[in-house]
Amino acid sequence: MRTIAYILLAAFLAPVVAHASSEEARLDRAPIQRTDTLSLQRGAQAFANYCLTCHSTEYMRYNRLRDLGLNENQISDNLIFTGQKVGELMTVAMRKKDAKQWFGVIPPDLSVIARSRGPDWLYTYLRQFYRDETTATGWNNLLFDKVAMPHALYQLQGIQSVSVRTEDDGHGGTHEVKELKLDTPGTLSRIEYDQYVADLVNYLVYVGEPAATKRTQLGIIVMLFLFVMLGLTYALKHEYWKDIH
Amino acid sequence: MVKFYINIQNDTSEPKTELQNMADSFKTQETMSGRRRFLITVTSVAGTVAGAAVATPFVMSMLPSERAKAAGAPVEVDLSSLEPGMLLLVEWRGKVVWILNRTPEMLATLTKLDGQVSDPKSEKPQQPAYAQNESRSIKPSILVVEGVCTHLGCSPVFRKDIAPADLGADWLGGFFCPCHGSKFDLAGRVYKSVPAPTNLVVPPHTYLSDNLLLIGADRKESA
Amino acid sequence: MSKRLDSMLEWVDARFPLTSNWKAHLTEYYAPKNFNFWYYFGSLAMLVLVNQLLTGIFLTMNYKPDASLAFSSVEYIMRDVNFGWLIRYMHSTGASMFFVVVYLHMFRGMMYGSYRKPRELLWLIGMGIFFILMMLAFTGYILPWGQMSYWGAQVIISMVGAIPVVGDTLSSWILGDFMLSDAALNRFFAYHVVTLPIVLVILVIVHVLALHEVGSNNPDGIEIKAHKDPVSHIPVDGIPFHPYYSVKDIFGVIMFLIVFCGIIFFAPEMGGYFLEYNNFVPANTLQTPDHIAPVWYFTPYYSMLRAVTVNFLWIDAKLWGIILMGGSVAIFALLPWLDRSPVKSIRYKGPYFKIALTLFVISVLVLGWLGTKSPTPLYTLLAQIFTVIYFAFFILMPWYSKIDKTKPEPTRVR
Repeated sequence: MRTIAYILLAAFLAPVVAHASSEEARLDRAPIQRTDTLSLQRGAQAFANYCLTCHSTEYMRYNRLRDLGLNENQISDNLIFTGQKVGELMTVAMRKKDAKQWFGVIPPDLSVIARSRGPDWLYTYLRQFYRDETTATGWNNLLFDKVAMPHALYQLQGIQSVSVRTEDDGHGGTHEVKELKLDTPGTLSRIEYDQYVADLVNYLVYVGEPAATKRTQLGIIVMLFLFVMLGLTYALKHEYWKDIH
Repeated sequence: MVKFYINIQNDTSEPKTELQNMADSFKTQETMSGRRRFLITVTSVAGTVAGAAVATPFVMSMLPSERAKAAGAPVEVDLSSLEPGMLLLVEWRGKVVWILNRTPEMLATLTKLDGQVSDPKSEKPQQPAYAQNESRSIKPSILVVEGVCTHLGCSPVFRKDIAPADLGADWLGGFFCPCHGSKFDLAGRVYKSVPAPTNLVVPPHTYLSDNLLLIGADRKESA
Repeated sequence: MSKRLDSMLEWVDARFPLTSNWKAHLTEYYAPKNFNFWYYFGSLAMLVLVNQLLTGIFLTMNYKPDASLAFSSVEYIMRDVNFGWLIRYMHSTGASMFFVVVYLHMFRGMMYGSYRKPRELLWLIGMGIFFILMMLAFTGYILPWGQMSYWGAQVIISMVGAIPVVGDTLSSWILGDFMLSDAALNRFFAYHVVTLPIVLVILVIVHVLALHEVGSNNPDGIEIKAHKDPVSHIPVDGIPFHPYYSVKDIFGVIMFLIVFCGIIFFAPEMGGYFLEYNNFVPANTLQTPDHIAPVWYFTPYYSMLRAVTVNFLWIDAKLWGIILMGGSVAIFALLPWLDRSPVKSIRYKGPYFKIALTLFVISVLVLGWLGTKSPTPLYTLLAQIFTVIYFAFFILMPWYSKIDKTKPEPTRVR
């Protein structure tokens, strides 16, 4: 009977595994480390320079960035360009109505974008913009087709174009493969740009849940305490249950 | 097979009280073994520690949040247009803070009133050390004081008129609390024999430049 | 000292039945001595209930039940309130763990025949608790006002509209609007924090009182009250709940807390199952997410809802789906009368019941998994097959439980 159960489960789990892997194959793994403070600081700088003009993180306060090892003066001198105070929320000056007119959509708030999209998606997305004259902005994205956002980082990455190639899929059929090619180099090399995006994604992951580091630290203490309690309560239970035969 | 309750049943030497019975329920045998007692003690202590640890985040969550702290951040005030004799009202942490530019005549009233106020030398800790002086201020002319009566929290009224009918011929100008009749002089010092016990509170404040006042911080945080 | 406490206790006892209740429910409540692992989940459900009530109260201190503020007030709790993140994760993880514990508690009852005479009413009260728990989970899931909150609620409320004749009127009465909006959010908040918790707490108390009246079942499925000590009239195989099961349950609590805290501190999203990724996008009334799936504990029922694709007997597929979904929950209440086996426990039941129960568990798991997926023709077919198995477990029970080859029950617990 157990065997039947295992066979059934395996049969039904197989498509899950296959499905999951085909979906994830499109995403590059974001090489990020939440504890890397320097990476987070660089990411915060990149975010303030390139994203914060259009995208708010309106649930986040500037002074929370002390988590990244910055003090309030450093935050207001290097990251605040709007004359806001360090205790204020990271909003944008651009009015939503104007934004709607310029981009067709309101640029979404990015406070929890890393929690809804996931770091790998963001890392892949920010590296797959290409030139496409058919769109309103002149930009398109391999991961997010017809995205309303222009490539904000193109000066750094350079300008990519896409080429379509037909490839044998090994089962007698063919499928299309889209490939990106760097036409005009940017100010950063490919490796530098990947690192730049990784820092930015790392920062967005931090912004998604600023308490995460504290959470795991506290968690370790709680778990250690619980394991001590486990031993104690087991001994207590064992001691009492000696009475029962 | 199960001996414990039979023991209790057969124990006729002395009738037990209910509390002892309750305590016995933890023992289950006439004498609790040392190990059992030890384990109960240790587990109870650890459980109490755990309870306190669990209570901590709940209690802490009721303290002012980051938003409240940001709203309570120091306030900058430009004093360049504050004429002598004028009172400026500023909000800081939801309270009114008065900034009074005192004329030399106003300042002169302070020494005359030393005998009538209850704490003339500002000995009670109602002000930062740098405001514990004759004028209760950093710059003698500029008074910075919370407009909250030290009696029950009403906001007193600025009465600079001298010797008005309702306040008597001795009134040299000051603050009068309409709720319960407390009186304060032009340095926020409380008169004797009024309900308010202490002088008005001088909040932490500092001058960023000659005319730029920062309320809520002693000095600009240095990097 | 002890004398003074004694006289205080006497004073109280003359005015309130403290000692007698202490005895009746703890020191002189005799539970079978052979409880196993499966018997932890009742007390754990109580623990999770306390956790939900406590963290829930603290969340209401900062949450705003307003469509324009709800999402940001949750993020405010996560960031600006001291330890708000911890309280919120305790509540969100607690919601899922409530279902884990309650499902295991129900499975225990199915294995050992805890629904059988004389515990039919106890089982029915438990079903009431389960129903209220589902309502609490549903109303609570709406509150963060993210995309999944909004569209999940939209789907469920639309089902009301399928009721013939009164459906549309009824759904606008439930919503207080012609669509899901601030009015609904506001009233679901009221249900979630006031109405339903009160009902739940009352039902839990009634459940425990009913249990202590009939006494606990045990893995052998035999009545320990059948063998009492001739002098003390205490069941020979019973042991006082306190201290034996109190110390044992405390150990169970710590084991549970290790899992619970492991999730809270190291995987609060639980891979998108406890906190769905799309719910980190504020509700957008104009755009449905690409893929919507209910939270994991509702997915088996959701699968059954989608499984019906044909009109049948004057009733259209949509309404059939709703009937099946409601029926899949309600049918549990019939268990006491469907089971015709001469024995209660799976230990003494025959192969038919064992196979039926195994197939039932597999069908719940598969339906649960299918509920998280977008429907494809293959998945819909699978959902249909397993829906049939799910219902067959109940509908065929009077037959297979009767002809099953059972083993004789022992007279005393093992």
